[in-house]
Amino acid sequence: MGMDIAFWILAVVSVASALAVVLTRDLFRAALFLVLCFFTVAGIYATLSADFLAGAQVLIYVGAIGVFIIFAIMLTRDSRQGSPSGRLRLPALFIGFLFLATMIFALVNTDWNVVAEVPTESTTSAIAHAIFSEDGFVLAFEIAAALMLAAIIGAIVLVRDK
Amino acid sequence: MDLYLLSPEISLLATALAVILLDLFVKEKWILGWVSVTGVIVSAIFALSLWGRVETSFGGALAVDQFSIFFSLLFLGIAALILISSTEYSRKFAAFRAEYYALVLLATTGMMLLASTRELISIFVALELTGISLYVLAGFLKDAKSSEAGLKYLLLGAVASAVLLYGMALVYGLTGTTYLDEIAAAISSQGILGSPALLMGIVLLVAGFGFKIAAVPFQMWVPDVYEGAPTPVTAYLSVASKAAGFAVILRIFYEALGPASLDWGMIFAVLAAITMTIGNIVALTQKNIKRMLAYSSIAQAGYIMIGLAAFTAEASSAIMFFLACYALTNLGAFIAIIAISNKINSDEIADYSGMVRRAPLFALALALCLISLTGIPPTAGFMAKIYIFSAGVNADLLWLVIIAVINSVISAYYYLRVVRVMFLGEPLSEERVHASSGLRIALAITCLGVLLLGIYPWILMKYSEIAAITFLP
Repeated sequence: MGMDIAFWILAVVSVASALAVVLTRDLFRAALFLVLCFFTVAGIYATLSADFLAGAQVLIYVGAIGVFIIFAIMLTRDSRQGSPSGRLRLPALFIGFLFLATMIFALVNTDWNVVAEVPTESTTSAIAHAIFSEDGFVLAFEIAAALMLAAIIGAIVLVRDK
Repeated sequence: MDLYLLSPEISLLATALAVILLDLFVKEKWILGWVSVTGVIVSAIFALSLWGRVETSFGGALAVDQFSIFFSLLFLGIAALILISSTEYSRKFAAFRAEYYALVLLATTGMMLLASTRELISIFVALELTGISLYVLAGFLKDAKSSEAGLKYLLLGAVASAVLLYGMALVYGLTGTTYLDEIAAAISSQGILGSPALLMGIVLLVAGFGFKIAAVPFQMWVPDVYEGAPTPVTAYLSVASKAAGFAVILRIFYEALGPASLDWGMIFAVLAAITMTIGNIVALTQKNIKRMLAYSSIAQAGYIMIGLAAFTAEASSAIMFFLACYALTNLGAFIAIIAISNKINSDEIADYSGMVRRAPLFALALALCLISLTGIPPTAGFMAKIYIFSAGVNADLLWLVIIAVINSVISAYYYLRVVRVMFLGEPLSEERVHASSGLRIALAITCLGVLLLGIYPWILMKYSEIAAITFLP
């Protein structure tokens, strides 16, 4: 029961803050709402017993990415004006709602696999095993290392003068 | 866990690192390009040594079979030609030569992994490895158009990745696994029509991969990115990125969603018809040759999607043969364009007027490649179209093949218009166009390939047939 109440509060706040990110004109405030949204998503992970994921969400998204976005905005001029509204606003709204309606229809009409009991043990060691064991996701982990290398080289190329 | 199965990818990654490190010590930067080409050849030798083995590793996440090796060799061949033809072009970004070669190698590594991983998370990370490298390469010139190309590609690519991830998450949520063979087992036991969310997940997967192969309605990034990106990168995007998209679609849809085949064959048939028609009609009015080839590449993706709609072993063999022929042809066209526009500094079709008198060999090569793109014998493009159309007819998709034939006739107008301008127009100046030996070698290889496959198609077809039966016996 307590979990249900917590979930609904977090869900409403996360959707409201996500909407605020899109609708606020002031970029700085939008960034703060984004941080709030990241926080509530971390809360939802916690209610789902995904403790490690919730911690990682706070550390990486709220901490690192949130701070980066705010830094970037503060180094940019004219942050108060935000992005100009385009001519495609109405079609975009229409497509967005159409997608939302389809997704809600699909999600409601599907039988989801639901576990009867809430798992109680910590997930950290299970995640470590899944990532690093021989029949786990170690290949994806190694490709991610190459991906980081490509991203770093790319960042250097784009930032440095010709 | 057998690391030797991963040796082509590891050696290519090592070459990328070696190029960056060598850049710190070497004064003559032209060496870097040839080091990269050597690395590609070494990787191809490793890949060839794996031909014939059908094994999986990393708990089933990595598959080495004829299908993955066919595509690995295709990507390596494309990368080698791109690297050779970039040697002269790369003086436009002389300070970043090593980074350019390294990113091309990293993107190729990602594509090879795309063709050989069979687990959704690995597929996604490999896709991002390819994507991130290509976003940067598209913006490499750092002028207004190139930066616009890089930014557009990045933003739309990120949206496509998000859509793809959403689809993968839904598929995982309903099947409980990210391994393609286990997804296939789960789908065949529980069926697909009972769960709209699974269907929605597959639609989102089609949308995400549709972006990579530039199928309508996910094609809006193509013309601007192709026009703004450095021409070798455009060539690379138009053939390798597209082939990688088709490789991963073939693997996911044939291996994981095979039991649900009836539900998505029709999606691809309709998308194929729309894609080729829109691509060809918009191409008719283009004045810039890179933009024209961008729309032409959209139309070609439409022809290839006939094979996806047909869903037979013959069709997937036809897709692979088509991709190889298309790669040779389109690379040839772009290499000729690089050579010509290096000198005249323009990509407008009107400026190609009378080019046959200023650069007879390049004009002839470009004409040959455009004829092959149209699908006129004796070129590779003709054989590829015959093969994929007959696969479509054999799968009862006659209506789609008729649309494709009408489209081929429309496409002849804009391909041959360029040939007419080059051969019958008056030259704008008497200055001859010369090019480096790298470009000449690359162009000679592609043109010989186009003619060879047009006359003796079975030297490649027998391998694409072997590769195709990996999924469908």
